[in-house]
Amino acid sequence: MKPTIPPLLIYALRRLLQAIPVIILIMMGTFLLLKMAPGDTVDALVGDMGGADAAFIARLRAEYGLDQPIWVQLWRYMVKLATFDLGRSFVYEQPVATVLMDRLGTTLLLMATSLSLAFSIGITLGAFAARRAYSLADNLISTLGLIFYATPSFFLSLMMMLLFSVKLGWLPVGGIKTIAGFYTGWDHVVDVARHLVMPTAALSLIYLSFYLRLMRSSVMQVADQDFVRTARAKGAGETRLMVHHIMRNALLPAVTLFGLQFSTLLGGSVVVETIFTLPGLGQLAYQSVIQRDMNTLMGIIFLCSIIVILVNFLTDLLYARLDSRIELS
Amino acid sequence: MKKQLIGLGVACLTASTALTPGMASAQEVKKGGTAIIHMISEQRTLNPALRASTGVYNISGKIVEPLIDRSYDGYEPVLATDWSGSDDGLTITVKLRENVRWHDGEDFTCDDVSFTAMEMWKELLNYSSALQANLESVDCPDPHTAVFNYSKPMPLDLFVAAMPDLGHPMPKHLYEGTDILNNPYNTAPVGTGPFKFVEYERGQYVMAEKNDDYWREGFPYLDRIVWRFIKDKSAAAAALEAGEVHESGFIGVSMADVVRLSEDDRFDVGTEGYENNVAHSTVEFNHRNPILADLKVRQAIYHGLDIDYAIDTIMRGFAAPGRGPVPKAGGDNYTDDVKTYDYDVELAKKMLDEAGYPVKDDGFRFKLRHRPAPWGEYTQLWGEYFAQAMREINIDVEILTNDAPGFLNGVYRDHDFDTANGWHQFRSDPAVSTTVWLRSGQPEGTPWSNQFGWKSEEMDQMIDDAASELDPEARAEMYHEIQRKEMEEIPVIFAIEHPFISVTSKKLKNHHNTPRWNSSSWYDLWLDE
Repeated sequence: MKPTIPPLLIYALRRLLQAIPVIILIMMGTFLLLKMAPGDTVDALVGDMGGADAAFIARLRAEYGLDQPIWVQLWRYMVKLATFDLGRSFVYEQPVATVLMDRLGTTLLLMATSLSLAFSIGITLGAFAARRAYSLADNLISTLGLIFYATPSFFLSLMMMLLFSVKLGWLPVGGIKTIAGFYTGWDHVVDVARHLVMPTAALSLIYLSFYLRLMRSSVMQVADQDFVRTARAKGAGETRLMVHHIMRNALLPAVTLFGLQFSTLLGGSVVVETIFTLPGLGQLAYQSVIQRDMNTLMGIIFLCSIIVILVNFLTDLLYARLDSRIELS
Repeated sequence: MKKQLIGLGVACLTASTALTPGMASAQEVKKGGTAIIHMISEQRTLNPALRASTGVYNISGKIVEPLIDRSYDGYEPVLATDWSGSDDGLTITVKLRENVRWHDGEDFTCDDVSFTAMEMWKELLNYSSALQANLESVDCPDPHTAVFNYSKPMPLDLFVAAMPDLGHPMPKHLYEGTDILNNPYNTAPVGTGPFKFVEYERGQYVMAEKNDDYWREGFPYLDRIVWRFIKDKSAAAAALEAGEVHESGFIGVSMADVVRLSEDDRFDVGTEGYENNVAHSTVEFNHRNPILADLKVRQAIYHGLDIDYAIDTIMRGFAAPGRGPVPKAGGDNYTDDVKTYDYDVELAKKMLDEAGYPVKDDGFRFKLRHRPAPWGEYTQLWGEYFAQAMREINIDVEILTNDAPGFLNGVYRDHDFDTANGWHQFRSDPAVSTTVWLRSGQPEGTPWSNQFGWKSEEMDQMIDDAASELDPEARAEMYHEIQRKEMEEIPVIFAIEHPFISVTSKKLKNHHNTPRWNSSSWYDLWLDE
């Protein structure tokens, strides 16, 4: 008898093999796309400086290897990438890997907190509203959801800043910590947490409205299904009905959305990170486009594509767990 | 020739709108504290001998000092104590300050000046490499005397005017034998200034602390300076109001917030301290287009622009009409005795008719493809105003929106434009970064230079003559002539001159008390907290 490999492992391996050409294609495609944008990082730098002479510009371009034909640049980049060398950032004068790792923590902290808050509160409120559909409570929750949904995050952020920082003076305007505060230990943790309150709130309120609306309609739909009626006829209590029969089925679309939103983990916070000057990846990506910092931007896209592929894989696994009709093959 | 202090003749451009800065207060100085300064964009390097840029000086000017700085009384000795030029203009002798130490404890000597001048100012520093092209060597007869030898005459007043921006010595012992451009000290500078570099957290802040070994006895007053990078202008205004930031310079908040905060008695808002950082909002023509090569058309366009309206609505009064390539801050080199073009729509229309461009069936005479520079609020709105004003005189303007690299390539390299509006930065002397806007033969693709296809042999000769004239009075007269000729022929419209604006908390004392304050060392700045 042959030794049996667990089907999950085979599935994971196959997904991994499929991922490699996808990443290579993404990287080549983005590289060429970015090269189509007018100007390079030297132009951006010269623009920042307010001028430079021709020799200075030519020397910088040669130093960054930007004087080579595009295909040579692409080949050099891909060869380096094959050894997981992301190159140096033109703007930060540091290896891209260092720049990314410095920023990853902030973005992950911000996104993980906001998404989990949004997900848990959103589905709870959504389910609650669905069970009391068209009541006063439902109308209130739904209206609030609609307002959050329709408010652009930059507006929400600025209004919170105006209220809590400028008028009330309760929370710091931006940044990740009090500079020159030199806090250590718990004081540092509290300081960082205070700086994250408004950005987290701004981000999660918008995500929250997605889950709320989705969960409400999903619960209402499932509650009408035959099996729910059957369960109720067999004498299942309301709580059991909700938790075991309705929620588990109604969660599927919310999980899909969670997976999708997790994929936008890096991009989704550009606005909030920029306004609150949080040194995260979203802000870095924006800056890199403006400054045409090719290597950094490519590094961010590389990291993003890996995260997207990973999250898709995990979502599929979670699907199979929630709905046993779905098979991994 | 003895040391010359050049009168600044700086007129406060906007005396009516600006508030008095916190100068010369009778209050007793408080020592200590941390000043927090807003920066809108990140710096790639903090070495002022490699990048001539106000963004770099705004931070590194506190850490690294120039030989000579500028005060409201003229030129002020910093690391140099005295300077003189030979009669033939080929040597300039600079006496250096004694008992000055770098932040790592090494002595500052002529070797540092000689090394930086030859390796950085002449070879690598933007604008300086053209200025110092004829620098042959720097001799050190003793540790505190530096002799600059030139192969062609170098006017002393040009040399001195350039030094505050383009004359920062760096420590030879940390740079010699290294790859200068990739030297780690470029982002962690070691200087002789009142503050020592502490750390640079990318995307967040730069911090510097008090130098206890500073050569000015009893200075600096502050314990620490922190520069915070806040990209979003509204967030920066909120940070100022919440008291988290003490100063935002170089128009770091939106004009609406500038006006709002100028009415708030917690802040000083004004253009003081930027007399040395004056810029022009321009209209640039592509003379390869035969319509624009016609002087009459260019004059008509100038007549079609209501400059006073633009100053009031766009710059909110913090500006003045331009009078050619040299702004008022150019001192003796400036003249207002030039031809001007009053706002007159009917005259403009008549001139266009005469030039042979009557209004056609579609209501327009011709169409211009216009590139606005993305240098912030002023330039963008000025570009939109230009298009609007041209429609009044029946010229159709299509605006091609672009970001910084797109603009620089579109205008200065690919010449893919009919008109453009940008920004001319005046740097102390017209020979540094101004005459390149008019001199033909600029290398293709050099931003902020004559890429307009305009060539006048007479103008080229005038520019070359003025650059090597040693007598300051004769030199000033030559620049007046250049301005007159420019205003006659208007290859470029230097439409509006404006200094920058800063918003400063009144807690900061002794702020904006020099004409290039944001770039200066802030040794006497203190915080009333």
